[in-house]
Amino acid sequence: MSSSRKPLARGHNLTAYTFLLPWLIGFFCLTLGPMLGSLYLSLTRYNLLTPPQWIGIANYIEILKEDDTFSNSLWLTVKYVFLSVPLRLAFALLVAMALNKGIRALGIYRTVYYIPSLLGGSVAIAIVWRQIFDGGGLVNRFLDWFGIQGPSWISHPDYIVYTIISLSVWQFGSAMVIFLAGLKQVPGDLYEAAQVDGANKVRQFFAITLPMLTPVIFFNLVMSIINSFQAFTPAFVIGDGRGGPLDATMFYTLYLYLKGFSFFDMGYASALAWIMLIIIGAFTAVIFATSKHWVFYGDGKEGR
Amino acid sequence: MTLANGLKGFTKHALIILFGIAMIYPVLWLVSSSFKPNDMIFAKPGLWPASFTLDNYVNGWRGFQGVAFGTFFANSWLISILSVLGNVITCSLAAFAFARLNFKFRKLWFALMLVTIMLPYHVTLVPQYVIYNELQWINTYYPLILPKWLAHDSFFILMMVQFIRGIPRELDESATIDGCSQRQIYLRVILPLLTPALISAAIFTFIWSWDDFFSQMIYLSDIKLFTVQLGIRSLFDPTGQSDWGALLAMSTLSLVPITLIFLFFQRYFLDGIATTGLK
Repeated sequence: MSSSRKPLARGHNLTAYTFLLPWLIGFFCLTLGPMLGSLYLSLTRYNLLTPPQWIGIANYIEILKEDDTFSNSLWLTVKYVFLSVPLRLAFALLVAMALNKGIRALGIYRTVYYIPSLLGGSVAIAIVWRQIFDGGGLVNRFLDWFGIQGPSWISHPDYIVYTIISLSVWQFGSAMVIFLAGLKQVPGDLYEAAQVDGANKVRQFFAITLPMLTPVIFFNLVMSIINSFQAFTPAFVIGDGRGGPLDATMFYTLYLYLKGFSFFDMGYASALAWIMLIIIGAFTAVIFATSKHWVFYGDGKEGR
Repeated sequence: MTLANGLKGFTKHALIILFGIAMIYPVLWLVSSSFKPNDMIFAKPGLWPASFTLDNYVNGWRGFQGVAFGTFFANSWLISILSVLGNVITCSLAAFAFARLNFKFRKLWFALMLVTIMLPYHVTLVPQYVIYNELQWINTYYPLILPKWLAHDSFFILMMVQFIRGIPRELDESATIDGCSQRQIYLRVILPLLTPALISAAIFTFIWSWDDFFSQMIYLSDIKLFTVQLGIRSLFDPTGQSDWGALLAMSTLSLVPITLIFLFFQRYFLDGIATTGLK
């Protein structure tokens, strides 16, 4: 049975690199090259029309020392991330638990709860959101039933961020679908054993369900934080597109966009992008580093 | 089943349904308002329109500055379909190499691919814009479509790699014995079996390109090239003087393609998220 072909172990370099070619071109021309390019530009003053002018780390110094809009937008974005991500995951888990126990018509419920995630990224829904949180909008009419007089959420600088957070939490459906799949993987005999031992529902949740779901939660957490940091459309459309009222919708990416593409201060925008990369990297690193203490991979199986 | 149990089940269903209605209420409000005369949209917030009109759709479809809304839809379709094709083809090529072929630096490239998944778009944004500007590609669709033809959305590569790893290697081996080259194995063995993953990648790419407001706004300023998202944003004036009827009508239409695709391919779609943890 001697085949004339080379055994697999000797590799197929040429074939493999042909398959990889589009990705490799993309990697160098759209990712690595531009990354280095933006690192270089962040050390210059550049407006697209005249050649970049080297100014060393002046952009970074200005951002970190003098730029109040930067610190405000960073704080606003961090607040958004740390309120919306846990709330969305908590909602997702809660609803997934309610739907999990062999409920009838699961498919329909799953679809209905997924629809917000499906449509939520569009400009259309952001406009709807602006409307239902307006002074006389649906939310305040609803609060009216209980005798609560709601503020005009979208014109008040203190409240508009909660409008944007609620839009994000509303899209819990995608995380819910992942949790539903995760819940299915939890072996039923664990619960039976717990019941025999007399553990109640709450105890079962914290002793079985939650630990078994930690790999899924971990993955969701990392991706949600990275994505939420980059939120743009809701801030742009629900706010006035320039960060108002009073910079209350000046999310980090919006600030970066305005600096780069409204004021054409592209060196400065590149520096903002690199600071963002470092911050996101730091958050991700912290989650990864702590994960071995709280992420539980059963049976030594490799999780996601 | 006892009465108490039945009642408990009923209450649970009722709660889930109520909550579900609350969840999609904003969408229902959007659809119903788009059929109301302009002066009634905010005056009568009930879901069922007291009087029903199609004027909003007629007005909205007219578009603005001489460009009909139909153009925006055609543009969005073009961008989304070309993006889908690009992603499905190039990501599956890369995924096949990573999952099945042995080559130098495979681990290194794979690790780099994983890193790019987590990389924020903005860190490459400015130089990409500079490059496209040098190529005189601003106000063309190349900046929106070309990245998809270079497998730039590495998330889909990872998804497909994981899927291919689940396909038994014996199939490849017997195909090799039958004299198939790697190219033929990719085309005849892997691709057909990869279909569910390809469909999920296609659907997600479609939705993301359809909704990709940020890139569209940066690269397109000529109204004739506008997409649906840009068209809607232009109808909308944050200071308040919008034609709300037309705006809501076009907003409703903008959600139709995504919704239809979702309903058609739901099974692949939801299973795709479940197995890969996509968005």
